[in-house]
Amino acid sequence: MSRSLLEVRDLSMRFGGLLAVNGVRLDVQEKQVVSMIGPNGAGKTTVFNCLTGFYQPTGGSIQLRGEPIHGLAGHQIARKGVVRTFQNVRLFKDMTAVENLLVAQHRHLNTSFLSGLLKTPAFRRSEQDAMEFAAHWLDRVDLLDVANRPAGTLAYGQQRRLEIARCMMTRPQLLMLDEPAAGLNPRETEELKQLIGMLRTEHGVTVLLIEHDMHLVMSISDHIYVINQGTPLADGTPEQIRSNPDVIKAYLGEA
Amino acid sequence: MSSSTIGKNLKTALFSALLVLAVAYPVLGLKLTTVGIRVEVHGASPLVLWTIAAAAVAMFVWQLTRERVASACSGIPGLPSLPRSTSNFLTLPSTQRWAILALIVIGLAWPFFGSRGAVDIATLILIYVLLGLGLNIVVGLAGLLDLGYVGFYAVGAYSYALLSHYFGLSFWQCLPIAGAMAALFGFLLGFPVLRLRGDYLAIVTLGFGEIIRILLRNMTWLTGGPNGISGIDKPTLFGLTFERRAAEGMQTFHEFFGIAYNSNHKVIFLYLVALLLVLLALFVINRLLRMPLGRAWEALREDEIACRALGLNPTLIKLSAFTLGACFAGFAGSFFAARQGLVSPESFTFIESAIILAIVVLGGMGSQLGVILAAVVMILLPELAREFNEYRMLMFGALMVLMMIWRPQGLLPMQRPHLEVRR
Repeated sequence: MSRSLLEVRDLSMRFGGLLAVNGVRLDVQEKQVVSMIGPNGAGKTTVFNCLTGFYQPTGGSIQLRGEPIHGLAGHQIARKGVVRTFQNVRLFKDMTAVENLLVAQHRHLNTSFLSGLLKTPAFRRSEQDAMEFAAHWLDRVDLLDVANRPAGTLAYGQQRRLEIARCMMTRPQLLMLDEPAAGLNPRETEELKQLIGMLRTEHGVTVLLIEHDMHLVMSISDHIYVINQGTPLADGTPEQIRSNPDVIKAYLGEA
Repeated sequence: MSSSTIGKNLKTALFSALLVLAVAYPVLGLKLTTVGIRVEVHGASPLVLWTIAAAAVAMFVWQLTRERVASACSGIPGLPSLPRSTSNFLTLPSTQRWAILALIVIGLAWPFFGSRGAVDIATLILIYVLLGLGLNIVVGLAGLLDLGYVGFYAVGAYSYALLSHYFGLSFWQCLPIAGAMAALFGFLLGFPVLRLRGDYLAIVTLGFGEIIRILLRNMTWLTGGPNGISGIDKPTLFGLTFERRAAEGMQTFHEFFGIAYNSNHKVIFLYLVALLLVLLALFVINRLLRMPLGRAWEALREDEIACRALGLNPTLIKLSAFTLGACFAGFAGSFFAARQGLVSPESFTFIESAIILAIVVLGGMGSQLGVILAAVVMILLPELAREFNEYRMLMFGALMVLMMIWRPQGLLPMQRPHLEVRR
């Protein structure tokens, strides 16, 4: 068994009188693909927002490789290697595809003011490396042909892939995808599945996934967590979840 | 047409006519004349009053029949607008770069052909170009609405004035200090306020600009209060002054080169210093657009949440824009102090902020060529139309309304230079 990457214990998030997330527990091992499923409004995205620092959880602990990350600001968590995509695509629409990827590398670039002003060799090299790294990933997600087009003009499926490539620019340890297959056609979903598999096997990225497409979830997940009305309902391998009576009841309603 | 729309049109028309009366009568219909020490109110001539009444009636009729007239005239093309391809060509970065280069050549040649007055006005325009370029970083590139920009301008001007007055430092020593002081103020203000967005940020910065001005007016022991500080030294060329007679231990320009004294030299030199500062600003901004920082500003303007999710620190990036913008205002301020030889708090009222912002918006957000053109328009127009000075604000208002109708994106908006993947 590989080492544990993310450990979440007793996570809870309260908005005034509403307890949106209650006692959620997650264990993500390295190089696993872990999915979170549940009916709409179950609090999956809220869990994501807590993990990535967009909300400050009202209770519980989040540990990345044994280091507590709850209470850190969003950009600090991202710098520790936890990056996410959004349910509704959030690209920089007026910037070109490749520029989207360059922005994501900001932290790894030579951002010194003077060397940029004077275009020092170190600055040029850093910019060129960034460009090559971006081009490499555009090629990986099959977007090299549209690299110089504004991101907002790309087809929806391409925007989804671009968003994943943009996350990869930050060299993440844990990639969190919020409904990556939403709005994709079956062929694009199949490509997405291959892309996630490639990220895991070739790049050693751990993936945490929120998804409604059960076919996708069941075929790529190592472990699945089911959340219903903010509370954990069940967890286990795809086979265990498929046959769990509670899960079936939550999805289909009382018989 | 149904009766309800007629009623609505009638109401609009009536209201518009009343508005014309309410605005025009106090402005044009009443005349204040000083009789001895008292001010008396007199009515204007009957001709003026009749004109106002006619204007109100005309407005009423126009509003009532506007829709019908509009539908009748639909075949006639409206305001002339540039063809799409021309418009696109003009906003290309390469086109604008050539245009800016051409302007720089004209700018360099200007003082040797223009009259003394023309050079002086050009210097004033250059100050506003510099301010516009600085504010353009904050508003146009980083998307932060700053209504208190004049505060940093004041900090720069007073930095030089005070250092020169109390410690006798020269312009060239003070220029970097003034820039750094303004940047420091930008940084200090930016820290607490950059959590705010949009309108809230605008209000806080507006307050900041006023605080600076009121502080300067009330700290009489330091700043001389409303009288300001006068007798500020002009810039020198490597220690050569442009005065007729040099102070002790100094040499004058005309003595050094053995030419006759000409007061035009001073004006031209000031102009060239301003041009130098503008060129510096243009260079810095041009580089910034192609640097990671410039890209981060644009990304932040588009989607702050995505930026945070990618590990960019929004506060730091906004702060850098705010600080840099303030720094340019500091340069402009210290140059302004040197040129006037006098600073007083009344030079730094809110209306200055508004004019600078108007230059940025008029020019087209983010565009450097646009800022230059807009500064020329905004400063030259009131100078050319001195007789209409009372209606200056009215003219600005009309200009803004026309802009909103004709070119809401500004005179010459710029497409950012895009980096491209080469294969």
